[in-house]
Amino acid sequence: MSKKPSKGGAPALDMTPMVDLAFLLVTFFMLTASFRMAEPVVVDPPSSIGKVDLPDNHIMVTIDEKGRAFFGISNSTAKMNALREMSAKYKVPFTEQQIIKFSGLPSFGVDIKDLPKYLDAKESDRTNFQPQKGVPLDTIIPNNQLKDWIAIGGREAVKMYEEAKNKATESGTEFKAEKPRYAIKCAASTKYIFVKDVIRTFTDLKLFQFNLITQLEGGGTIVEPEK
Amino acid sequence: MAEIAEGGGGGHKGGKKRAKKQSTRIDMTPMVDLAFLLLTFFVLTATFSKPKSMELTFPAPPEKPDDSPPIKNGITFLLSKDNRIFYYEGEFKSTDSEKGPKTQLSELNFSKESLRKYLLEKNKVMQGQVKDLIEKHDKGQLPDTTFKRLVRERKADKNTPTFLIKTDDKATYKNVIDIIDELNYNVVGKYVMVDILKSELDLVTEKVGTN
Repeated sequence: MSKKPSKGGAPALDMTPMVDLAFLLVTFFMLTASFRMAEPVVVDPPSSIGKVDLPDNHIMVTIDEKGRAFFGISNSTAKMNALREMSAKYKVPFTEQQIIKFSGLPSFGVDIKDLPKYLDAKESDRTNFQPQKGVPLDTIIPNNQLKDWIAIGGREAVKMYEEAKNKATESGTEFKAEKPRYAIKCAASTKYIFVKDVIRTFTDLKLFQFNLITQLEGGGTIVEPEK
Repeated sequence: MAEIAEGGGGGHKGGKKRAKKQSTRIDMTPMVDLAFLLLTFFVLTATFSKPKSMELTFPAPPEKPDDSPPIKNGITFLLSKDNRIFYYEGEFKSTDSEKGPKTQLSELNFSKESLRKYLLEKNKVMQGQVKDLIEKHDKGQLPDTTFKRLVRERKADKNTPTFLIKTDDKATYKNVIDIIDELNYNVVGKYVMVDILKSELDLVTEKVGTN
């Protein structure tokens, strides 16, 4: 390829291998990239020696420092079905477009009454969306929407899993997906009492096994006492 | 720059005259620029590791209140603000009685010398046994299944303490994770999260103050 440069020009460097490599890397990163939309809150989970990966198929409740709960399902079809059921239950109508938008959200933390408005808002405006008080989980005034979300979302996610499994068995292909699991992601500095409310919601639904999301660290967890 | 050299015989197209040995060259600079731009973007946005998690099973709430079975050999941790841990061993006694004196709280913190040392001491026998089993297993003297069963048996042994973790309303999530983590680190087999009792809360409040 490299020919002698025409007279007077700068010496040409053969860049072909570098360009080849660059494109190889671009291809690799493009194919492995998984795009996520911005989470409504950023929480900083505590670290632990736990080495279990977060299962791909999960139903996650995120709790931020102020104790607000955010709900999300990894399976987008299950998410859409759950919204339809919740819509019927709470008599809040959603347009088909809103439902599709909803399936792209990683999690949300608003009352279902505010959800249509939340979905119509621009993506950049969602973080500062005003009535973002977390999914209600009051037990005193019976308005535990989180409980319904978990119950309905869990059922839909299991349904999706079963369907995929049956399909795989019929066609004789190997089935690798795992059963949906319940995960709790919580900021390190959240008061445990808020987490307790969420866990109570789960145990009320007879769900006792969770994956608590943590960051990886080496060795044990040692916090030097603050002086 | 990287160039594409056209083979010979390209000189008659469109009637344009070209120098015979001059090859057509495409300037690839913009393409390479774009490739590197994309590369940088994907490298920076890539998330490599999946978040890790810790599996935990919570106890089912008792059917009737006050129906929970008494726990023998229990050690209760009470977590409070400022990363403080209080603990007492055995049953909670609100007053002096024939069973023993009134429960006093002792204090630990999350440092290596304190909590880990305490757990190590409480679990010495069991940890020794588990270690022996691991050694035997590594030497190939124990089949995997037997090894698993024996470890489980050791962990569930009646004489090993059961740890109860309770929190007041000022403890943070991090405290809870840290203590569970430390228990896991010390191969403790039996621990459980329980709601704090009013009388225990009073004792903790006495120690840390109300603010």
